[in-house]
Amino acid sequence: MNKPVRGSLLGIEHLEQNEILGLLKLARRMNPQKPRPLLRNKRVVLLFYEASTRTRSSFEIAAKSLGATTTLVQSSGSSVEKGESLIDTGYTLRAVGADVIVIRHPSAGAPELMAKHLDIPVINAGDGMHEHPSQALLDTFTILKHKKTLKGLQLAIIGDIVHSRVARSACHLLTKFGVKITLCGPPEFVPEVAATLAPGLRISRHPEEALRGVDVIMLLRVQKERLAGQKIGLQEYIAHYQMSPARLKLARRDAIVMHPGPIIRGLELTSEVADGAQSVIVDEVRNGVPVRMAILARAVGKAK
Amino acid sequence: MLTAKNQKRDAASLLIKGGHVIDPAAKINAPMDILLRDGRVAEVALPNKTRGGADEKFDARGSIVAPGFIDLHVHLREPGQSHKETIASGTAAAAAGGFTSVCTMPNTSPVVDTDEWVAWLRRPERGAVVNVFPIAAATRGSRGQSLTDFAALQRAGAVAVTDDGKPILDDEVMRAALRLGAELNLPVVQHAEDTRITEHCSMHEGPTSFRLGLRGMPAAAEASIVDRDVSLAQQIRESRLHVAHLSTSDALKAVRRGKRARARVTCEVTPHHFTLLDSDVGEYNTNFKMNPPLRSASDREAILVALADGTVDAIATDHAPHAAHEKQVEFEHAAFGITGLETALALAITKLHREHKIPLARIVELFTSGPARVFDLRGRGSLQRGNFADVTIFDPKKRWTFDAVKSHSLSRNTPFDGWQLTGKVVATIVGGKMTYPAD
Repeated sequence: MNKPVRGSLLGIEHLEQNEILGLLKLARRMNPQKPRPLLRNKRVVLLFYEASTRTRSSFEIAAKSLGATTTLVQSSGSSVEKGESLIDTGYTLRAVGADVIVIRHPSAGAPELMAKHLDIPVINAGDGMHEHPSQALLDTFTILKHKKTLKGLQLAIIGDIVHSRVARSACHLLTKFGVKITLCGPPEFVPEVAATLAPGLRISRHPEEALRGVDVIMLLRVQKERLAGQKIGLQEYIAHYQMSPARLKLARRDAIVMHPGPIIRGLELTSEVADGAQSVIVDEVRNGVPVRMAILARAVGKAK
Repeated sequence: MLTAKNQKRDAASLLIKGGHVIDPAAKINAPMDILLRDGRVAEVALPNKTRGGADEKFDARGSIVAPGFIDLHVHLREPGQSHKETIASGTAAAAAGGFTSVCTMPNTSPVVDTDEWVAWLRRPERGAVVNVFPIAAATRGSRGQSLTDFAALQRAGAVAVTDDGKPILDDEVMRAALRLGAELNLPVVQHAEDTRITEHCSMHEGPTSFRLGLRGMPAAAEASIVDRDVSLAQQIRESRLHVAHLSTSDALKAVRRGKRARARVTCEVTPHHFTLLDSDVGEYNTNFKMNPPLRSASDREAILVALADGTVDAIATDHAPHAAHEKQVEFEHAAFGITGLETALALAITKLHREHKIPLARIVELFTSGPARVFDLRGRGSLQRGNFADVTIFDPKKRWTFDAVKSHSLSRNTPFDGWQLTGKVVATIVGGKMTYPAD
């Protein structure tokens, strides 16, 4: 067992402010239309144990536009189905020539485990309920396109926080830069312990309270199956927490609405909000490419 | 240091000279010499006042001489899982840790739920170097439904029954187990965990599990079962309930309630629960994954108080060896459990005695007369004349570093690798025979 190789990105929690700023700066210099071949002759393996549309395609496009070759390995149809361990899969991919592994895995800590056993960088593309660092970076990148600075911004995250790696990474990242975050949802989704994740987190059960005067609203997907058996039912969730044009008016006039996707129209938000002028949901997806180009360039590129 | 008139290792008599004897059951805490003969304690006398001669002498100057330590909770993995541990390797680790007796858990493959398997565990071919007292399954296959034949298991040598690793959830089954145990004076050991609310959980529920995105076991999952069991023990006359590896403050409250009501309720605590916290899991270190999980600071505080004030009856290791490949996997998929036999005494001295000022005599009690009483191990847990010649000699001041690679266990899954500890076993004598250090 060793320390993860430099250039690995396992989570936001343990990143320093300057590392985050460095990545964001690098991302601003990345132009998917006019890329530099920073990853020429590099092999990027996309190891996906879970379904993914935007993260996978965005990492793939980012890698290819920098001149790398990419290989997609999914758990179904691979040796994983035959019982190969995660570490052995890592050794195998290293042996066939991977220069960096981008991993999405349903178990929290899986990228950490792989990184401790490999001598190449490992990038976490989402691990269980733990972290989704590239999402937090692209969200920050997106916020900074609309807001001058992070310090002092007010942000509300509404939805299923407890099951969300996006929320955890966002809380770690944004609180490092002085963003004031309110986590909003029923106790099933936002337990009291959530406030211990990062300094200065607040919990509110009422969107009317959480939204007042905020600069950024981050909505999270609500999985219907997770509402099954809970005290709060689907209709009640919609009545209390759904982002509607009326609720949006409580936020600042220039507030932006974010969502990591996939969005479920009619559940956590209405179509009017999703497609409205304040929505930056599609921008987030677009910004994923330069941010992931920066992450890959930092991991294995010549220019760091 | 062993000086022998004749070099025979299996000397019929051994004089332990110059040590400081701590024998809480006999209320001895003084410099004494001890003469062992024919597998029994022959004399306990003031220094240089033993009357009988000895074939061999052991110079115990600077050391504490205590009754042989008893571990109420070990997994030696036989039958069926000898890639993790064997009775031979596990008892060698026990001897190195100062334990002269270990009580083995029945969650092997197959489960020890018949008198034949109990007898199998005790056969000389198993190669045990310390005393092995099997604990048998309380229900057939430990499936929690129909009780095993307690009387036959007891006749074959089982000292208690349990479904360890799994709890007995059904109220009626637990009631029946305690009732039958009461008739036979046989303790029922419960692994207290409401598994209906801990499914897919891999650590304690708290800020660390939230941070790591791992599903957490609430403290209440333990306390609710202990609470129910104590209530049952209070209702059923003469029943004996032993709470295994107690880890939460609320479970302790239930045990205290039972003890105040004079129910025959006992409990044990592990070294890792009085030493570590849930936050020590760090970044998914699977050597900190066990069940019950490492708990919060307030739980540990309550455990320390209970160790000092007498509520806890025994320190037990829950020695749970696993092969490297069973631990070097995703945290959620890693096996629960850590080894513990070789670090228990040193952790007790380092943490309980030096850091928390619990007297050495109380610590010795938690390793000797305390556990002996829990399972009625007659003739053990004290060095009174006529008792078995099981002796643990240790240096309470010796500083050393635990190196997992040098462990006598077949497995290396310990969170204490590389720890600097104080207090080391000097010699372990089982039935009058010098067992550790081996030749």
